[in-house]
Amino acid sequence: MSNLEGENVKVMRAKAVLLALVLLLLLWQVLAWIVNLAILPSPWEVGQTLIRELGRDLPGHFLASFWRVFASTLLAILFASPLGLMLGQSKPLNRFFAPVIYLLYPIPKVVLLPIVVLFLGIGDVSKIFMIFLILFFQILVLVRDQAATLRPELIQSVRSLGAGRRALFRYVYFPASIPAILTALRQSVGTAVAVLYVAELFATQKGLGYYIYLKGSNLFDYPAMYAGVVAMSVLGFGLYFVVDWLERKLCPWQFAR
Amino acid sequence: MIQVRNLTFEYTTDQPVFHDFNWSINKGEAWTILGPSGCGKSTLLYLIAGLRQSLSGEILVDGEQLIRPRPQSGLIIQDYGLLPWATVRDNVRLGLDIRRFYGPDGKHAPFEGKVSDADVTFWLEKLGLKEQAEKFSGQISGGQRQRCAIARTLVLQPDLLLMDEPFSSLDAPTRESLQNLMIELWQQHNLTMITVTHLIEEAAILGQKILLLNEPPNLTANVIENTSFDKPDIRSDPEYLHLCQILREKMSK
Repeated sequence: MSNLEGENVKVMRAKAVLLALVLLLLLWQVLAWIVNLAILPSPWEVGQTLIRELGRDLPGHFLASFWRVFASTLLAILFASPLGLMLGQSKPLNRFFAPVIYLLYPIPKVVLLPIVVLFLGIGDVSKIFMIFLILFFQILVLVRDQAATLRPELIQSVRSLGAGRRALFRYVYFPASIPAILTALRQSVGTAVAVLYVAELFATQKGLGYYIYLKGSNLFDYPAMYAGVVAMSVLGFGLYFVVDWLERKLCPWQFAR
Repeated sequence: MIQVRNLTFEYTTDQPVFHDFNWSINKGEAWTILGPSGCGKSTLLYLIAGLRQSLSGEILVDGEQLIRPRPQSGLIIQDYGLLPWATVRDNVRLGLDIRRFYGPDGKHAPFEGKVSDADVTFWLEKLGLKEQAEKFSGQISGGQRQRCAIARTLVLQPDLLLMDEPFSSLDAPTRESLQNLMIELWQQHNLTMITVTHLIEEAAILGQKILLLNEPPNLTANVIENTSFDKPDIRSDPEYLHLCQILREKMSK
């Protein structure tokens, strides 16, 4: 693909996404007109509230939520990817751990939240740990499977060029795990934000989950509640967008035709 | 150049692939190892590459006992062994990067090496990959991928080139042009070359001498001299065709 073509595809994609956004906002507006209730304010009203709230405490809550997702993502990558690489390349090790992962992987981690809170308290740590759990297993499994697809012939041929353990890690295992990590993040960043929302409903004073709950159920300030929902969506979408961008930046061969 | 002495190797106990096997080859020779699948021909090549260890006996390459891959040996495999995330140029440069990564330690890289990025460009051009240099390996044809693997190996200036079924998955015209190219490179660069193949024609084209292996265990080296080697228009030469016939008969025994 030439650069010019690539740029054109990018512009077209951006246009399509923008159009979809406008359509969704229109649909919302129409629904708000039809329903005509305080619990469904129009996008215009919510937009104005959002701008007003941005001057108040919304950014603080946003940053608190963002920090929790960011920290847990970083920790999950740091712990899960080396482990995944090890399991993917060592059959005996994988034979030993595979049943354990098989049992733990499908558990909806969010049900562990009350237990995590009991052990780690109501602060940031319990929330970061919750999201960490979700991302950890996703990255672990995908990196493991990716590492297992690296054929022994490829490893042998790179070894024949002089690579020992360290060079293999640097030139083969490390670059091979990046797409797996990004795929894992793309698949689970939505779940992570959803679980974060639930986690922030628990005895806390910071975060978008708390903000949405406070505005809606306690203060009956519905436009502000909707502004919180929009902020949380922006957080989810923003993270997804970053992962998407990183994938294109770091794994260009996957898009090359 | 290579001495295989009393080599014994087995995957499962009591079923040796090689037992007390002796074989030697001289510097600058072009050898092929021919045999049916499961005869141990690839195993022998990987033993010489230092990527497998024998049960007993020893392999000497250039007078030194082999305990790990030698930096001066190059290996080319059937499915190319290219990194999918690296461009053709970066794949060709991989050996250089690895050598820079370790420095000239004599173990992973030779003590004296004067390979530079200019050599990478030289080999890309020599093997007709200049246009493909910035493409990823998934974007080029099988023949181009194998050219890339050849460039990657030869840029490190090996004295011994080992090839494991290098052209078996390519179509006939591509295979023949690469076979011709290898003969050319072998002559130009004073290589010692060993090619493992299950194709009778390939064995007769790439080998001055042919080591014929059969059902294991292999106890003695069965060597056939190839008098038609390196003749012009070898593929229609009567001597070559006769050799192919002999090899065919020996293999079906």
